[in-house]
Amino acid sequence: MRIYATYNIKGGVGKTTAAVNLAHLSAADGYRTLLWDLDPQGAASFLFRIKPRVKGGGKALIRGTKALDDAIKGTDFENLDLLPADFTYRNMDLLLGDANKKPTRKLAQLLRPLAAEYDHVFLDCPPSISLVSENVMHAADVLLVPLIPTTLSVRTLDQLTEFVGDFTGRRPQIRAFFSMVDRRKRLHQDITAKLSAERSGVAATPIPALSLIERMSVERAPVTAFAPRSQAARAFRALWAELNSDDEKPAGTAAAGS
Amino acid sequence: MTFDLRGFELDGGGEANGGTPAAGSQTETRDPASAALDVLAQSFGVATERGAPGSGNRQRTWLDTFDWRLNRAGLVLEYERTERGSRLLLSRDDLPLAEQPVTGWQPRRPRLAENLPAGPVRDQIFKLVSPRALLPVAWAASTVSTTRLLNADGKTVARLIVDRSTASRDGVSVQLPPRLAIAEVRGYPGQARRAARLLADAPGVSPAPQSTFLEALHALGRHPNDYSGGVIADITAQMPASVAVATLLLGLLDTLEQNVDGTLRDIDTEFLHDLRVAVRRTRSAIKLLGDVLPGGLAASYAAEFKWLGDLTTPTRDLDVHLLGYDAMAGQLVAASPADLEPFRVFLTRRRAREVRRLAAGLRSARFRAITDHWRKALVEVRDAGRPARRRGVTAADLAVATTDRMFRRVAAQGGAISAASAPDALHDLRKRCKELRYVLEFFAPLHDPVTYRKVIGDLKQLQDCLGAFQDSQVQQEEIHALADAMLAERAAPAATLLAMGEIAAVLALSQAGARADFAERFTRFAGPAGQQRFRALLDRFAQ
Repeated sequence: MRIYATYNIKGGVGKTTAAVNLAHLSAADGYRTLLWDLDPQGAASFLFRIKPRVKGGGKALIRGTKALDDAIKGTDFENLDLLPADFTYRNMDLLLGDANKKPTRKLAQLLRPLAAEYDHVFLDCPPSISLVSENVMHAADVLLVPLIPTTLSVRTLDQLTEFVGDFTGRRPQIRAFFSMVDRRKRLHQDITAKLSAERSGVAATPIPALSLIERMSVERAPVTAFAPRSQAARAFRALWAELNSDDEKPAGTAAAGS
Repeated sequence: MTFDLRGFELDGGGEANGGTPAAGSQTETRDPASAALDVLAQSFGVATERGAPGSGNRQRTWLDTFDWRLNRAGLVLEYERTERGSRLLLSRDDLPLAEQPVTGWQPRRPRLAENLPAGPVRDQIFKLVSPRALLPVAWAASTVSTTRLLNADGKTVARLIVDRSTASRDGVSVQLPPRLAIAEVRGYPGQARRAARLLADAPGVSPAPQSTFLEALHALGRHPNDYSGGVIADITAQMPASVAVATLLLGLLDTLEQNVDGTLRDIDTEFLHDLRVAVRRTRSAIKLLGDVLPGGLAASYAAEFKWLGDLTTPTRDLDVHLLGYDAMAGQLVAASPADLEPFRVFLTRRRAREVRRLAAGLRSARFRAITDHWRKALVEVRDAGRPARRRGVTAADLAVATTDRMFRRVAAQGGAISAASAPDALHDLRKRCKELRYVLEFFAPLHDPVTYRKVIGDLKQLQDCLGAFQDSQVQQEEIHALADAMLAERAAPAATLLAMGEIAAVLALSQAGARADFAERFTRFAGPAGQQRFRALLDRFAQ
């Protein structure tokens, strides 16, 4: 089981969009795939038309009174299941903090029993630096970091790389990709081209800013499903091909350069 | 997402040869599944789903051995071909147990278990099926369509699956009633239950009484377990003895003839085995019970069935060597399995020659004359209900007298065997035990089943011991004879002969082990407790 987590400290950078489309592409490739919508806003759940509700809430999941397995819902797509969001996830930091041992590794521990059932798990994380995000970083094999091509975003990537670099033992691979890229903006073009070429952990495929991607919330489906031949879907497919070809690389090393 | 194609079926189907629709249905312009869908559409949104898993066209071939080993074990094996590829599916009670993709499979051709591609299905059935071949028992061409059932958010919460199948076999095809099923979407079990309830109440829909496999078989006029190598004779205690014996001999003739085609095509070794057992049982019945048949009928066929038995012996002996070859090779200590390989090559070559001789015999006018005339004569006896030569003798009388006589004989011969007895004494006892076993089996329907099973169980233990003793000796002698033959044909490297010598030594050890077990097994069967059980078996007839 390979765990991907879409993460960025900032909101509105395309984490959920990426998680939903990449999970859909993974499932379409025949991998048994689970997407866990960890964001209490429940955007990924909404996009799959699944109610953002877990019986017993985040507390039951974290304390283990409800197995993750029991909360999973089938999506409309073959091989793709979803663990829905719940509004109580907003308190997940506190719940994780209550864990007696290794509070930063609780999510990894909860996900372990799913290894026989799924090939890929995608974690769609809320934007923050918190115990939740630290848990996600310890659980993930690959941190997928969407970056809007601005100087500040690049600084965020540096900070994240440094933070993960301080982990003892197992460390996730960091794979950044440019998101919401506006080709009409010179700055976007420059930063995208420069970083993709210079930094090994940055994917070559950018995800463009397209209104069709915004339409996902109207269609309530991945763009790769409702417009599979669109430019947006092609971009996600190319990104997925890049990421999936990394699978043979050993996990647990910080791949991004300094 | 799970698919459960047990579920419901629609009225209709059963049209032979896929021909014209049944009378009255020609005016039906709507798909019969539409009415069911209309009912569901009152509570769910509905949307056709193209390319859903399991949808589209599929060819299904159900496989089993000639003696239905899978079915008897409660298993169903299916080869399925769809646009997505081909696979083998193993299930029990319609629940999947294992599946594996296969390529280049030709389902109409028999395939030995050892030739199955590696995978979880092979792992589960190999021991059960070996050494038999898998044969196609029924085919169906299906078109499966899927409709998504949606909640108010437009989310798929269940699926309606409609399977339209036409079963076929040997040029006959029969349209089966369309089958409907509700497939659950993970996390929405309540919605699937609700849809199933609505479907159950829909017009023209009724619960499917059996699996598609059984439905296809029955539609094609077949029944699972329609072959058994055992004795199947519908006899009763008060039936005239001559009619009972003719009935059981006809049953044995059926078994014999059912195995001829598989033996000629050399599909697997067990066709010949079952054919030989039918011949041996026939010969024993002729010898022990034939007196009750009129006009010296039995005596006139004794020599013919001996000829038939002898015809089959060389091939079977070679089969036994080849079937046990891997185990034998695995027991080598000084020699390596590679040393023995020329022996396998020799056995295989010799078997091919013997199979040709056997086939010529089974295609001969003599064989046809035996089976045709024998059947005609037996049918006459059975249908005439002619009283036995010994007036008034019933099947029960014959069963008691013959079984009692055979048991006494086994007890006397076995009781006389000591540690100093020659091997021939045990060989002879083995023959008597076989005859006793056959007589017990012939009259099995007349016995109390519980006591019968105990008696047979003990007898079988004794037979296994005697069989191991004699088979080891015969195989040792054959290995010597085969070594001579290989030398004569210059097909015997020294290493091979040494390896064969080692095999002979292993067999000698096995024979000694069987000899050591004899006393205990014989006492269990024919000692005081065994005699008491036997009396209980026969005393039932006196009541």
